[in-house]
Amino acid sequence: MSFFEQALSYLFTAANWTGPVGLAARTLEHLEYTAAAVAVSALIAIPIGMLVGHTGRGTLVVVSLVNALRALPTLGVLLLAVLLWGLGLVPPIVALMLLGIPPLLAGTYAGISAVDRTVIDAARSMGMGEMRVLLRVEVPNALPLILGGLRTASLQVVATATVAAYASLGGLGRYLIDGIKVRQFHIALVGALMVAALALLLDAALGFAIWASVPGTGRLRRKPPGGSDVMQYASKSPGLSPNVDP
Amino acid sequence: MHYLLTHLPSAWMLTVIHLRLSLVPVLAGLAIALPWGVLVWRRAVLRRLTTVTASVVFTIPSLALFVVLPLIIPTRILDEANVIVALTLYTTALLVRAVFEALDAVPWQVRDAASALGYRPITRLLKVELPLSIPLLVAGLRVVVVTNISMVSVGAVIGIGGLGTWFTEGYQANKSDQIVAGIIAILILAFVVDMLIMLAGRLATPWNRASRPGRRLLTAPVVGGSR
Repeated sequence: MSFFEQALSYLFTAANWTGPVGLAARTLEHLEYTAAAVAVSALIAIPIGMLVGHTGRGTLVVVSLVNALRALPTLGVLLLAVLLWGLGLVPPIVALMLLGIPPLLAGTYAGISAVDRTVIDAARSMGMGEMRVLLRVEVPNALPLILGGLRTASLQVVATATVAAYASLGGLGRYLIDGIKVRQFHIALVGALMVAALALLLDAALGFAIWASVPGTGRLRRKPPGGSDVMQYASKSPGLSPNVDP
Repeated sequence: MHYLLTHLPSAWMLTVIHLRLSLVPVLAGLAIALPWGVLVWRRAVLRRLTTVTASVVFTIPSLALFVVLPLIIPTRILDEANVIVALTLYTTALLVRAVFEALDAVPWQVRDAASALGYRPITRLLKVELPLSIPLLVAGLRVVVVTNISMVSVGAVIGIGGLGTWFTEGYQANKSDQIVAGIIAILILAFVVDMLIMLAGRLATPWNRASRPGRRLLTAPVVGGSR
């Protein structure tokens, strides 16, 4: 129990939060890695997922890619990247990006391809072009699943960003790695607690975003529905469950 | 690749450790998640509680759990048991959701028909509902096993064996060849185990051998937390 007390007293000492290697700075670094990696993987995975989900082509490629990437060990990729490109921001972002792509790609693809066919046919018959069908009908309907993918990706990345410290980089992993190295296990516990707290906060925020994005509920609407409201085209809510069968 | 081929004996030894570390949790997780899932999936409050606990477990980073566990349970710090217990927690959390979803997916007509034929709840569960939920359970198992295999390598950071030791060794000795060999070995391992589970699933469900295209795979439970 004394470990916890030591860790808590470390956390509640103001001096440990300030300075260039203080808790605040480390947390900021951690969030920086996470945000950059998730942003890059979203930029790659969401357009591909949208394309494949919309056209229905390349499904097999996406499925195998997702499975293969899931098996790719982040630690190995990170250390290899450090050896190849040296220290800096590039190696952790590349390694964490590869971690974030599978859930985002799977979520986007599954969301788009699970949109009710009759809804898409209705949109086409009203004269929407392919681009408008995708952006104004399929994406809003798939938003809960896309954001679900984003949630999983962010959680994985924020938790795994700790390994960056092994390659002499910053972030909250420093506490974990250094704490183990010098056998000051309460320091390691501080890192663990901080990362878990960060992950829980992110999870809650994105969980709220998913709740708000369920189509047909009007939770994203600020004003009473106007004539051009996208939501009016949307089908009934597919619900919060990530495994909805069409 | 060259490194892998010239170090086959040690690769084999590390693979055995790696498999032990990643598969024992799967068996333990299945042994906990299946009975528990079956028991509570109809009880709304307990089921909700289970789902919430499971998603909280996902948010705990693996490296953090490896380090903190010895402070909670009586294992030594930097012991293999920590990795096994930690992975068992994640595995259980994911599989219990898969059990719920698999049981949900059994059509109610089938359930009613079984009751009408005179099946008692227990027999109905064992002979009708569980066999019908195999495809979704297998989908969940595949995700768990593949992520576990890639996750065990993180244990190398805290000095626990498996193929991940090639990453830390290769990094310290500045040998990118060794790291690449480790990545390839883990990818092969994951692929082989994944295929074996898929085949086992196929063999266990001879009645729907014909269908089931790739789409199902992607709607498998989405893994959370520190994977």
